[in-house]
Amino acid sequence: MTLLKAKCLLRLPSTKSFNRFGFYRFWHVSQVMRDCDSDYELKDHKYDAIVIGAGGAGMRAGFELAKSGFKTAMLSKLFPTRSHTVAAQGGVNAALSNMDKDDWKFHFYDTVKGSDWLGDQNAIHYMCREAMAAVHELDQYGMPFSRREDGKIYQRPFGGQTLGYGKGGVARRSCAVADRTGHALIHTLYGQTLKYGDLCHYYVDYFVLDLIMEDSRCLGCLAWCLDDGTFHRFIAKNTVVASGGCGRVYFSSTAGHTCTGDGNAWVSRAKLPLMDMEFVQFHPTGMYGAGCLITEGVRGEGGFFVNSKGERFMEQYAPEAKDLASRDVVARAMTMEVLKGNGCGPLKDHVHLQLHHIDPEIIYKRLPGIVTTARIFAKVDVTKEPVPVLPTVHYNMGGVPTDFMGRVVTLDDEFKDKIIEGLYSCGETSCASVHGANRLGANSLLDLVVFGRSCAMDIAANSCPGDTPPDVSDSATEKSMDNFKKLRNADGKTPTAALRMELQRTMTKHAAVFREGKLLNEGLEKVIQLCQQFKDIKVFDRTLVWNTDLVETLELQNMLANAVHIITAMENRKESRGSHAREDFPKRLDEYDYSTPISGQKMKPLEEHWRKHTLTFAQDDEGCVVIKYRQVIDKTLDDSINSIPPAPRTY
Amino acid sequence: MLVNEARQVLSRASSLAARHQLRAISNTTQLEQQAQPKAAQEPQIKKFEIYRWSPDNAGEKPHMQTYEVNMRECGPMVLDALIKIKNEIDPTLTFRRSCREGICGSCAMNIGGVNTLACISKIDATSSKPLKVYPLPHMYVVRDLVPDMNNFYEQYKNIQPWLQRKNEAVEQKGKAQYLQSVEDRSKLDGLYECILCACCSTACPSYWWNAEKYLGPAVLMQAYRWIIDSRDENSVERLSKLKDPFSVYRCHTIMNCTRTCPKGLNPGRAIAEIKKLLSGLASKPAPKMETAALHK
Repeated sequence: MTLLKAKCLLRLPSTKSFNRFGFYRFWHVSQVMRDCDSDYELKDHKYDAIVIGAGGAGMRAGFELAKSGFKTAMLSKLFPTRSHTVAAQGGVNAALSNMDKDDWKFHFYDTVKGSDWLGDQNAIHYMCREAMAAVHELDQYGMPFSRREDGKIYQRPFGGQTLGYGKGGVARRSCAVADRTGHALIHTLYGQTLKYGDLCHYYVDYFVLDLIMEDSRCLGCLAWCLDDGTFHRFIAKNTVVASGGCGRVYFSSTAGHTCTGDGNAWVSRAKLPLMDMEFVQFHPTGMYGAGCLITEGVRGEGGFFVNSKGERFMEQYAPEAKDLASRDVVARAMTMEVLKGNGCGPLKDHVHLQLHHIDPEIIYKRLPGIVTTARIFAKVDVTKEPVPVLPTVHYNMGGVPTDFMGRVVTLDDEFKDKIIEGLYSCGETSCASVHGANRLGANSLLDLVVFGRSCAMDIAANSCPGDTPPDVSDSATEKSMDNFKKLRNADGKTPTAALRMELQRTMTKHAAVFREGKLLNEGLEKVIQLCQQFKDIKVFDRTLVWNTDLVETLELQNMLANAVHIITAMENRKESRGSHAREDFPKRLDEYDYSTPISGQKMKPLEEHWRKHTLTFAQDDEGCVVIKYRQVIDKTLDDSINSIPPAPRTY
Repeated sequence: MLVNEARQVLSRASSLAARHQLRAISNTTQLEQQAQPKAAQEPQIKKFEIYRWSPDNAGEKPHMQTYEVNMRECGPMVLDALIKIKNEIDPTLTFRRSCREGICGSCAMNIGGVNTLACISKIDATSSKPLKVYPLPHMYVVRDLVPDMNNFYEQYKNIQPWLQRKNEAVEQKGKAQYLQSVEDRSKLDGLYECILCACCSTACPSYWWNAEKYLGPAVLMQAYRWIIDSRDENSVERLSKLKDPFSVYRCHTIMNCTRTCPKGLNPGRAIAEIKKLLSGLASKPAPKMETAALHK
């Protein structure tokens, strides 16, 4: 990589330029390091609750808290409607029965099965049961759902959604706003946070550096205001982390540039575990080349895949659900087709998603966004030609482990769940775990609203507005500030962009749809090496106002932390389950062999099977990780529905 | 048949070559095709002139800085070029970006004289003329291409962008959905898709002069989106809040808004509809369906 032509840089480090406080900007690094403490104004804000991240989950939590009377600080590194929830397309699942005779219990079954029996059934129970009310609420907030002729919300089929516990055919369950459901959702939720604006205070363009933790209790967070370069400690009894996923650790991803796994990294640095990070979902229909998302709703509306021979190959891989099988299944099938030499294009390296057999009227009405995106990024008129697609990194099923109300948990010395006081998490950052080893399409928007709300409800049940905020010692944010100062003045040899590219290429090469031990090991070594290399990082911009070079460096630090968890957990899990497909361990290993009757079988102990959550504890910032396991919760919340025992997963 | 067909075929595929090929395909095609698209050709240099200003260089005036980008190693969009410049030439270049697919509205800026989104704006690589990139016009600049959007957001807040009902207390939250006819819902099409990028407002001369008091096309279009929603029952109150010489009536139908909207929307029309409602030339039609029918 050719980097940083001296020409352009020369004008920056002018020895004459002073910053607002009269110090040399960065010509004399040592002097800046010694002198600039007054550069770092620190201001305290006391709140009843803090929400970090203003995407779907964060805003849902935020205004629910405000509604309950809690003075809430909403921190976000970007304006709320820019959060990546905005890019969700297909819909939000809820068994409203507008189209079919549906039942939330069918939804429950589908989600458990979709998770490849790694999801916690109490959390799935909670989510599916609350889904209908959650969507009704959204309608009442003004979300512009597409409508049926009878005036009810339009619902479309989505992958893995069935009626009658998998036996009644495809369910139309995904409540849609054309193909802009996420956009409509996030603007609707933003409106609600404005409605409760008296108590719901936004701090936009605040980059959170770390959580403030004392005695394994969360007291708030430390943030850097990009607009004026000041530093702020937000202090509250309860903090909700809803800062999204880390899609950007991969080179090609449907995720936006801002999805850098910051929340996971804060939690990881607070010596708390992350759960099931090996489960990275590949969306079957990322656009070939650009990586933009093409919604699963295309297949819901009748689109299907074809290979270079013009065959609808999904019929062979999932005879019942066909193109609407679960995402992991479809992604693998596509990869297999390419392997067989049936790929499309001159390189035979992708497949085609066909929708031009659908009535153009329907396409324009139901999938207008796709028409535009395909035209702009693939130069394809979807009413006439197929779209070239390939599986692309899309979603992190793993994240901060929580219980079914969103309270963050860790393991105590006896391997029992221990709640972290004052810390909640929801959205893609969290792992409740409702998605287990594979998320079903249109369950993520549901996850956001249900668990965003549950976090707020739990806080409201256990705290009162006006409770005395905790005291925070001056030293609590020292480490984090030191890290900031060090990186601000980092003067090594590796520019941030170069290291980030190296990380993204490593992850894409070593941890893709199909994974294999040797490759993962090499990948892990490489990532550890990159962590070392981060110590030699070079930051060019020394300013404090909108220093995006430094923001990207801090984000890279967070991405590295995520990558370590992901690839360690991938290497460790020696089975194939859901999105985690190991070539060298192609079978799913449960406590029983569920493909044969379990009577007479001896139950394997936890150490010998893999139907368990991986908990990864980062020890330092050098890639050292301790792995523990947590049992999958099979018990549902109450008797209204029975737990679904594992079975072979067919579609 | 098992869904894990793929896994099983794999486990059967003993040929090492086949496995290797599989990984090569699933892992590296994305890298290959994106990272080195058109190598080994003569560089095709495109010049970008970009507006630079930083508050840290107190007293220094804004200036244009020229960057040269080899288009053979760069993606097709302006945002690709900006990111390439930031990554490889000048990390201090500052701009907002997020989704890179034209839905989040972060990267709105003035490109080649037109307000648009950098991520869906194609570079004319064949033209030898430098491409000029400025922040959104007539906005306070925080730094380089980052404008201060607070006034715009504040105005958006003032139109109360949430659904308002007369009997909110009776309608239990989460109990049922509203009814809305397809026709009523279609009135929101072309309105709700707005991504609040502010391209239209900052292209409007009226907004340039009266940004404090005139709401501007983006915000007015959202105002109309809520006024016309058949589920919303506060349209009279919403309209009365707009009844003053500035909020709406500074629109002089210049139509820069509609011309520039990167999402192809028509804020000019929405403002005209508001004017019709305000003047009494039109009134909001009654909902085709009783919206709260299922709440009873």
